[in-house]
Amino acid sequence: MASPSHLRRLEAEAIFIFREVFATCDRPVLLYSIGKDSAVLLHLALKAFAPGRLPFPVLHVDTGWKFREMIAFRDETARRLGLDLIVHTNPDGLAAGIGPLTHGSAVHTDVMKTQALKQALDRYGFDAAFGGARRDEEKSRAKERIFSLRTPDHRWDPRAQRPEPWLLFNTRKAQGESFRIFPLSNWTEADVWDYIALESIPVVPLYFAKPRPVVQRNGALIMRDDDRLALLPGEVVEARMVRFRTLGCYPLTGAVESRADTLEAVLAEMRESRVSERQGRVIDHDSTSSMEKKKQEGYF
Amino acid sequence: MSPALLAARREEPELPPAGQATLPAGRSLLRFITCGSVDDGKSTLLGRLLWETGAVYEDQAEALQRDSARFGTDGKKRDYALLVDGLSAEREQGITIDVAYRHFSTRRRAFIAADTPGHEQYTRNMATGASTADVAILLVDARKGVLPQTRRHSSIVSLVGVRDVIVAINKMDLVGFEEPVFRRIEAAYRQLADRLGFRTVHVLPLAARDGDNLTGRSARMPWYHGPTLLDLLETLEPDAQSDGRFHLPVQWVNRPHADFRGFSGTVASGQIRVGDPVTILPQGRTSRVAEIHRPDGPSRSASAGDAITLTMADETDVVRGDVITVGHRAPHPAGTLSARVLVLGEKQLAPGDRVLIKLGSATVPMRFEALAHEISVDDLSPKAARHLGMNAIGQVVLRPEAPLFALPYAENRILGSFLLIDPQTHATLAMGVVDAVSGSTDASTIRPAGGSAWPRFWPNGKREQARSVTTMFAFSLAGYVISGSLLGAAVLAALDAIGRPLLHAFLDGLQPQKTRQDRAVTPDPGLDGSGI
Repeated sequence: MASPSHLRRLEAEAIFIFREVFATCDRPVLLYSIGKDSAVLLHLALKAFAPGRLPFPVLHVDTGWKFREMIAFRDETARRLGLDLIVHTNPDGLAAGIGPLTHGSAVHTDVMKTQALKQALDRYGFDAAFGGARRDEEKSRAKERIFSLRTPDHRWDPRAQRPEPWLLFNTRKAQGESFRIFPLSNWTEADVWDYIALESIPVVPLYFAKPRPVVQRNGALIMRDDDRLALLPGEVVEARMVRFRTLGCYPLTGAVESRADTLEAVLAEMRESRVSERQGRVIDHDSTSSMEKKKQEGYF
Repeated sequence: MSPALLAARREEPELPPAGQATLPAGRSLLRFITCGSVDDGKSTLLGRLLWETGAVYEDQAEALQRDSARFGTDGKKRDYALLVDGLSAEREQGITIDVAYRHFSTRRRAFIAADTPGHEQYTRNMATGASTADVAILLVDARKGVLPQTRRHSSIVSLVGVRDVIVAINKMDLVGFEEPVFRRIEAAYRQLADRLGFRTVHVLPLAARDGDNLTGRSARMPWYHGPTLLDLLETLEPDAQSDGRFHLPVQWVNRPHADFRGFSGTVASGQIRVGDPVTILPQGRTSRVAEIHRPDGPSRSASAGDAITLTMADETDVVRGDVITVGHRAPHPAGTLSARVLVLGEKQLAPGDRVLIKLGSATVPMRFEALAHEISVDDLSPKAARHLGMNAIGQVVLRPEAPLFALPYAENRILGSFLLIDPQTHATLAMGVVDAVSGSTDASTIRPAGGSAWPRFWPNGKREQARSVTTMFAFSLAGYVISGSLLGAAVLAALDAIGRPLLHAFLDGLQPQKTRQDRAVTPDPGLDGSGI
């Protein structure tokens, strides 16, 4: 047997997972967060169901604070691939004017991401949601199952999770329960980039270095994507050569100084990197166990 | 970087460049599991491997330094175990309670490590972690030697088919790095392993906390001339799964429009080419392969591990759960499975129970027909039992109540492994492996494979021949005996006659040892195996 390479093994595993879910769940949805992991996730989903089209919708939970380039990329991707794209923003949060700058990252994330995601899943009756989380991202995720069972109110109970020997998944669930499914569980950040290169998958240009308007705030380089980011006394906007390792809400996502403006350069830079990709995320820094707590609350 | 961290670095290994160097195409992937007793230092070993292979980033290193001061068990020294003990519940208890998967890579290989719990109540988590592993690292505390847990973990990794083990005799620093201690434990382990059918057993002395023989040779144990742990992991060639005949468990029927009807799944074994004749099991209808679609487009052929979609030359009725195989094969009747099961849930399993079995892509109702005996994981001996509780392993007979195609696990891991599911609560009750498949519908003639003993799972040499005769017999039986219970009984009796002496041979020299607790750690049973 020709030993399939590492990436082909991971690809086949993810395709297997997509098919297993689609064959056994009623209303799957792909959670699309526009970043590199979502790009790979979407690419694999298309492969799993080819030559047919993607047989379920793609959901973007829009907090209203994503980079403008992300939104443009999202809409262009949906057009190019003929996706059934659902965009949901928490109307209550929007009415209350919730935002990261005025309410802080914790409140913003809870209302505009966690609550918004629950609203969307309930509204459309989705019972299986694919996400792009990887086990190598964060310590508590290293123990995440590929299939994560959620209660009818979307909570994640560590005690109720099912063992997953071999690649055998128990996809049965009670009325109201749902699954979050992570087909990229066994991928690393390096695998994701290697696969993007191998398959020429388009990604948001924000991953590549170019001069961008940034301010220094709390030790991070924050891009001023629009004028909602009011300057504090002493802050100046500078054009610096930067790129992003992860993408989220722009006021919560730190840029890194870089000259890597091509995919090859990004791959080379990553080989040299001495800090983890999550370092740029403000959300993880609250406490070491913060991601775990957020997950129990229903954050993806 | 904090001055404290810099100071610590002077006496401890430098943090190599992180960032998991991207993989050259074709670099292989090795999956392994670390197992051992509660405080053998599994998490320390793995954390230190991550550290030394550059899988730890600077920000994570700083968090480690902070955490070491707060939760560490080793004073001010860096506590590598904290790199892998993820859940706050675990930190508070100071033990690992679930399977954690860790990634690291070297120039030669990429690795996925499953870090599994040591406490005996977590047998099920260990079995889960071991089920996908190519290699098992078994930790033994040099001060304690081979313990009941060592036996238990060895049995479990053998049960799920791991054939290559590395025995890491850890904490050599606490026995003065003395060679006789090492040799004594090595001899004891080899005696134990002899009965478990491993293909290779490597034994090496370690002091994981200080890194001796982990990635570099230990100056403190000059008497050891073998490879380091990382050398072994980089060079061990895992047991190649025998390719065998083509089998595709159908996951899903792809019908995007009236002109396309494809059958999607991942090839469990063998190869297929366009034009090959195929049989759809269990029904036995036949057709011919028209097209093969692989992830990168149409193809002339596909082989084990490929996620594919097949179309057939004629209108063929295929549903999820069917298995497409090459050539012409007789229908596969609903018979019985002789199997070993490990109970994963809190609910007991007893003969007469009706459950669901998920095997390959099929999920069918199943009756728990008979419990031959429970298998003690402490000493591998059979013991009488009426039911199986959590973490118990039993030799059982299962009867599918709808047609189901299965193969012995020794022949095909995908079509020989299964879950048992509670039809009411949907909970996963047990995991299991098929030892033999019978086409007979008369359960009274079935004798569980293994007779009264722990079957040697992956036999070698002469025994291998004997075994393959036995399984081939059972296998062809499945094909040819449709309902004749008389013939079935005769053949099964023959099967039993062949199998039994063989299994008794395995028992020779087996001396059950009295179980003793090595450490009284009582984790919250409610957290057992919960995972995330």
